[in-house]
Amino acid sequence: MAFLALSDIRKNYGPQTVVHKFDLAVERGEFISFLGPSGCGKTTTLRMVAGFEVPTAGSIKIDGKEITRLHPNKRNVGMVFQSYALFPNMTVAENVAFGLKIAKKSAAEVKSRVEEMLNIVKLPHLAGRYPYQLSGGQQQRVALARAIAIKPQVLLLDEPLSALDAKIRVSLREEIRSLQRSLGITTIYVTHDQEEALSMSDRIVVMSEGRAEQIGTPFEIYNNPTTRFVASFVGTLNVLKGQALDPASGLMRVDGQEIVSAKPLPAAAGAECSVALRPEVATIGHPSIAVADGKNRMIGTIEEVSFLGSVVRIRVRFQENAIKLDVFNNPNAAPPERGAEVAVSFAREDVLVLEGGHA
Amino acid sequence: MNQARIGAWIATILGALYFVVPLIGTFEFSLRMRRGEYSFDAYRVVFGDPQFQATFAYSTLQALATIVVGVLLVVPTAYWIQLRLPKLRPVVEFITLMPLVIPAIVIVFGYIRLYNSSSILPMTASARATDLLLTFSYVTLALPYMYRAVDTGLRAIDVRTLTEAAENLGAGWPTILFKVILPNVRSAILSGAFLTFAVVIGEFTMASLLNRPAFGPYLQNIGANRAYEPSALAIIAFVVTWACMGLINVFGRGKQIKAAP
Ligand SMILES: Nc1ncnc2c1ncn2[C@@H]1O[C@H](COP(=O)(O)OP(=O)(O)OP(=O)(O)O)[C@@H](O)[C@H]1O
Ligand SMILES: [Mg+2]
Repeated sequence: MAFLALSDIRKNYGPQTVVHKFDLAVERGEFISFLGPSGCGKTTTLRMVAGFEVPTAGSIKIDGKEITRLHPNKRNVGMVFQSYALFPNMTVAENVAFGLKIAKKSAAEVKSRVEEMLNIVKLPHLAGRYPYQLSGGQQQRVALARAIAIKPQVLLLDEPLSALDAKIRVSLREEIRSLQRSLGITTIYVTHDQEEALSMSDRIVVMSEGRAEQIGTPFEIYNNPTTRFVASFVGTLNVLKGQALDPASGLMRVDGQEIVSAKPLPAAAGAECSVALRPEVATIGHPSIAVADGKNRMIGTIEEVSFLGSVVRIRVRFQENAIKLDVFNNPNAAPPERGAEVAVSFAREDVLVLEGGHA
Repeated sequence: MNQARIGAWIATILGALYFVVPLIGTFEFSLRMRRGEYSFDAYRVVFGDPQFQATFAYSTLQALATIVVGVLLVVPTAYWIQLRLPKLRPVVEFITLMPLVIPAIVIVFGYIRLYNSSSILPMTASARATDLLLTFSYVTLALPYMYRAVDTGLRAIDVRTLTEAAENLGAGWPTILFKVILPNVRSAILSGAFLTFAVVIGEFTMASLLNRPAFGPYLQNIGANRAYEPSALAIIAFVVTWACMGLINVFGRGKQIKAAP
């Protein structure tokens, strides 16, 4: 049975339903991310696990114990806030000790645990400082130490890195992840940064308008998005609109050129239909060079070339449709020129056929 | 120096004169008790007067009691309003401002009517109960100052998130209030406390009408019957008040604790 189970959770604020039919089973030690646009209900769902909000319907269980209506201070759940929320009147050590003292641990135990925690977050030298004497990154480490000091059953983090600058964000997220692994602590991590979610998580819950659109590993979410929303929210997506010719065999026509998808198309023959491509699945070549059998090939014109460092992003226009694609930077070959005619080729399996209306 | 600066200086100097001249006059007069030379005789008389000592001690005690009751009333209220009932804030603000609008004499007549010796709660029947009534009426009088100060202090910290962080770590409400909220609004409470002290120490109307031996009525009594001592008392009261103001500044600025952004 799942360690943390959210079953059929619903949350209303007045007449507005902000979380619908939310089901999630988290295994012990798993790292789960909630990913979604602003206002989709990530924080609300997390706060229901912490006990700051009570679900309108549904139940939450930790290790088989019903906690849906348990007061937050009776749950054994640690929380890290976006704004750090350190107690300004207490030193770093006192902040970390706060939960331990409430749990009536002996003075010696508190002391050794605080030291241990500060070592884990690499801040033992700052024990006597006040929060306002710390950088944002340091404050968030202290907040993390404070949250895990009480050995919570579940650790919740609500966009803990979003107030920090890019470099620290990357290094701290790696630290959080390795810490989580070594402690084996079950974790839910809220973010609207897809890179964060993809790089850290065991599984991602992609949310939209209060619903879990898809739950899966980063690999599944990125490569096999089940809905159009997931596909377009996670990563860059090129949408190709055209006409279905033979839906069963995946044949369709886009801007006068025929392409085939490995999966059947969800449209009637002759009807309008759209499929999608990730930027990195397509390659470009000279129109005169033939491609391997069975691969799709479309002829277009390079409209824009942007050099991003390790990759070069190229926009190719057919007629109505244009796609962005990424090629690796090659220091020995200049990137293609604007206006050149190119052949874009991609495998049938890489054509994403999505449910959920037209983009 | 340009014209505007000169104008500003003149205005400042005029303002200062308006304020300082009467003070100097009073001070000068208070030193003239001994004929022909300046002396602190008036002060000696005042400080030596057992009545002065008794009333000043009484009012100080009243002020301290008022501060304690006021803090215990205002801090949890303002905290709760900020945390759970932000919509009620304008209403509460309005209520706390009422004592500035309603004259003290109206309030005290209300009290006398409500709590007289033939009422259900005859608080004016005994001296101790009347002391208590006076404390409560001072709490009312000082409410606007105390509430404003505490509310401002609470707004400077993220009350809601700090509360949640503490709850998350297992804290119950007494811990949250006394270990997390109070220490972070300490300087605000202190400034409210000193304002309260300044209001209570010289208060006349309520003490007089409730017939309690407070410093205000004593001031009035001396003022009506003596020549030099009232001036000395005025200066003493002034110094006490300004000492309070000075302390507000010291504690207001002291160890600035910044809330997390
Ligand atoms: N206390 C509240 N009262 C009424 N509506 C609320 C309340 N809290 C949140 N909402 C609404 O619930 C919805 C979900 O909010 P939530 O904070 O969970 O979003 P989020 O996914 O965390 O967004 P963000 O990425 O911006 O933090 C929003 O539409 C919000 O306006
Ligand atoms: Mg949020």
